[in-house]
Parts: sequence; C-alpha cells; structure tokens
Amino acid sequence: MRISTLFYTLKQGIINIFRNKWFSLASIATISACLFLFGLFYTVLANFQSMLKSAEEGVAVTVFFEEGVAAERIQEIGEQIRARSEVSRADYISADQAWADWAPENVGEDYQDIFSENPFEGMDNYEIYMTDVALQQDLVTWLESIPEISEVRRSEVAANTLTGINAIVAYVSVGIIAILLAVSIFLINNTVIIGISVRKTEIEIMKYIGATDFFVRSPFVIEGILIGLIGSCIPLAAIYVLYIEVIDYVTIQFPALTGLMQFLPVENLFHTLVPVSLGLGAGIGFLGSFATVRKHLRV
Amino acid sequence: MALHDKKKKKKVTDEVILLDKVSKSYSTGSPALDNISLSIKKGEFVFIVGDSGSGKSTLIKLLLRELVPTSGRVEVNGQDVGKLKHRQVPKFRRNLGIVFQDFRLLNDRNVYENVAFAQRIVQTPTKEIRKNVPKALAVVGLAGKYKAKTRQLSGGEQQRVALARALVNEPPILLADEPTGNLDPKNSWDIMQLLERINEEKGTTILVVTHNREIVNAMQKRVITMKKGVIISDEEKGGYIDED
Repeated sequence: MRISTLFYTLKQGIINIFRNKWFSLASIATISACLFLFGLFYTVLANFQSMLKSAEEGVAVTVFFEEGVAAERIQEIGEQIRARSEVSRADYISADQAWADWAPENVGEDYQDIFSENPFEGMDNYEIYMTDVALQQDLVTWLESIPEISEVRRSEVAANTLTGINAIVAYVSVGIIAILLAVSIFLINNTVIIGISVRKTEIEIMKYIGATDFFVRSPFVIEGILIGLIGSCIPLAAIYVLYIEVIDYVTIQFPALTGLMQFLPVENLFHTLVPVSLGLGAGIGFLGSFATVRKHLRV
Repeated sequence: MALHDKKKKKKVTDEVILLDKVSKSYSTGSPALDNISLSIKKGEFVFIVGDSGSGKSTLIKLLLRELVPTSGRVEVNGQDVGKLKHRQVPKFRRNLGIVFQDFRLLNDRNVYENVAFAQRIVQTPTKEIRKNVPKALAVVGLAGKYKAKTRQLSGGEQQRVALARALVNEPPILLADEPTGNLDPKNSWDIMQLLERINEEKGTTILVVTHNREIVNAMQKRVITMKKGVIISDEEKGGYIDED
C-alpha cells in the first residue's frame, strides 16, 4: 500500500467520524460509559485484590516442634519453609520471646518475679505468612508430614472466606466485563451501519471505479478503531481525576479507614489500566467495525 | 491458413466488447436478456436504445460485472467477465469509465476532489493526481471551476465533472447510462459533442444508453435497438426506431 493511500484512508476514517458526528458522538459516549464502568470496576477490584492480598498475608500458620528437637534442625526446617513459593514470610519465635511478648499483658509487668521459669519452655515456633491463602492446605499437609513438627495451627475460616471472596469477585468481574464489551461492540456495529448507509453513493462510485475491498472497507474500520480509542481516553482521564479526589476525600474525612484500607497509588493502577483500556477501546472498535463491514459492505 | 489465423486474431483483439448468445434471467418473470450476441470494436461510438424493460440496464450491469450471465459469454477487453473471481473485479472495472443519469457526485467535496477521488481509488500517486486532474477538467471545459462545490454547478456542468471523473483514469471503454436524462436539450447536446470529441481524439470506445431520440438521430452513429431482452436492430449510422 502506498503511503499516500494510507494517509488517505486514515483521513477518510477521521472524516467519517465528523461526517457522521452525532452517531459517532453517541458511540464514543457509550464506549466511554462502558469503559468508565470497566475502569471503575477495575479500580475497585484492584484495590480490593490488594487489600485481600494484605489480608491473606496477615493470615498466619503457626508450627510448634516436638520436645528435644535441636536448634539446628529447627533452623533447617525454617529455611525449607521460607523456600516455598506460597510463603511470603516465616518468623521464628523462640520460647523466651513468646513468653516475653505474652506475659506482660496477661500476667503483669512483674511476671519474672512470679514465674522463675518460662512456662512456654519448648514452645519455639514459626509464624508463617502466606502469599496466596488458597494454598494454605497444601502447606499444612506438607508441614504435618515433617516428623519434628508437633502441631500446626491455622485459621481455616479466614482462609476459606478469603478464597471464596476471591473466586466470587473474579466470576462477577468476568461477567460484567463481558456484558459491557458485548454492548460496546453492538453500538459500534450500529454506528458503522449508519456510516455505510450515509456513504452509500460514495461506496457505489468506489465500486464502479474499481476500488478494492480493502480500500472501501478500511476507512470504516479506522473509524471504528478511532471511536474506540477516543472512547477509552475520556474515561481514563475521568477515572484519574476521580480516583485522586476520592482518595484525598477518604484520607481527610475518614482517617481511621486509611489504617484498615491501603489504596493503591494511582500510578500503579494506571500502569495496567491505560494499556488495557486503550487495547479494549481499539479492540472493540476494530471488532465492531470489521464484523459490520464484512456483513453489510458487499463490495 | 496462417494468414487467415492472423487476420482472425487481429479481428478478435479489435473487439473490446463481445457478447456471445448471452441470456440473463432473474428469479421471476421472463428473461431480461434472451440469447443476444453483439460485438463492439475498439474506438466505436455506439448508442443502445429501447424502452424500459428492454434489457439495456441488464446489459450495462453485465459489462460492469455487477451481474453474471445465466448462459453465454461476455467478454470485455478480452476478459471473460463470467469467469472473473471476486478479487479480480476491481482491477477489471478500472478498464471501464461510467457516467450515470444522476451524476452521482460527492456533494460534500469540490470539483477537483470529485475527480481526484477516482485516481485515489486506483492508488495513483498524489504527484500524478495533481497533474492528471486539471488535464481531465480541461478536456470537459471546467478547468476554471476546480474549486467549486458540485452543488453550485448547473446540471450540465455536474455531468461534465462526472465525465472528467470517468475519464481521468484513461479507461479504454466509457459506459454512459442515460447521460442526458437530467439535462436540457442544449446541455444534452453539449455532453454528446464532448463524448464524440473524446471518442475521436482519445480513441475511447463509447457506449451510450439513451432515450434521447433527437440526439440519436442527429449523431449518425451505430445504434443497437433492444426490445424485451433481444436486439431487434443493429445499424451503422442508424436512427431511433419507433417501436409502436
């Protein structure tokens, strides 16, 4: 293809948008609305996932050892635990430290006067934090297979709840995104059909003069892609501004919440959201227009 | 024998349009074309006349490969139109210029852009377009109006723009479907004279479908008369035949 033809096709695609401006605006608005919802949904989801991740990391599995296990062996088991992919951290708590942490609050500051010996003797343990709470059962099974380990304590309810929430969120997201995409493709479809009918004479002349299928169809596909791209830029800008405003508002108005909820920085969020939104916009535009010209533009 | 073959071959290459026992039927009613044969040589100027329903439009559609014949063979520039694959049609049509009764100009563009449009479609380089479009406009006498919007032009001028658009790619054959149907007698006559000049100067083969009795009678060209899908008359320097 000649460069001049490429520019001509691109120009015609842009002209199509303006020639058919009300329908183009309607399409852009609808794609913007869909991708805005998608962006909002993604923003909430990403933050929710991040909070879940923090919560998952907060769920610990505690392992205790049989009496008389050598310190070297305990250390060796600790290394094996840390080497596992589902483990984010494994903290060794000696019996003395466990007593020193627990006693002041539960016995009193003078606990050393009351107890001359450490009642937690032999209760050296590891507190293990997970990267993915869904893999807790695998870890527990493995830990229980180690003969030197006497007991494995864990919160099954917390693990199951978090895993369940994760699954529900994933299914709902996929469902909503699929519906939004289908609606957008349908709308692009309609815009291109209207564009084709508006340019009926021009297309007829092109056919008679000897335009190839590609030449006739490509401005409509370009129109669809451009509508998709414009439609994805608007919600990106809106979400950027809105996200910063909402975080500022929550931080100022509800300072207590910020301790519970760690919002993702806007840069982290947009690192994924920008390419995904632009890709979705262009993809929706391409799919909608390409399918339409193939079906309705018999050259 | 060899000389005879050579003569025969020469004769074949001279025929730019050849219809051999062509019939075209639609799903309902009698055939639009019924076993017609005709040949048109390079550089000829031919009128095709006949009432509505005589098969003129079907004939034009077959030549443009908008339709394929139900039976028989249609050859244009030596290509069997019925055997063309879909992807070969655009290149085939570049051999044909076409002018319509209703001009079919792009009213959102000016005269220059309308003519340049035909060149862009066949992917002519911009530099060439800048040279060719003014030349084509000069041929039809509209060089000074290249910036005008088509709506600002008279019917005759609009048809000239359509003619320039049909000629700018220099097709060897020009099909004109009722080119004077929307024009007054003076403009009709001007357009016909223009077509005649193009035929004589450029050697373009011209096929004009028309109802215009005065022009057909005055031009003294070959006239093919059609009725109910058959050719009832084919005369060199013929006239408009009254079918009543």
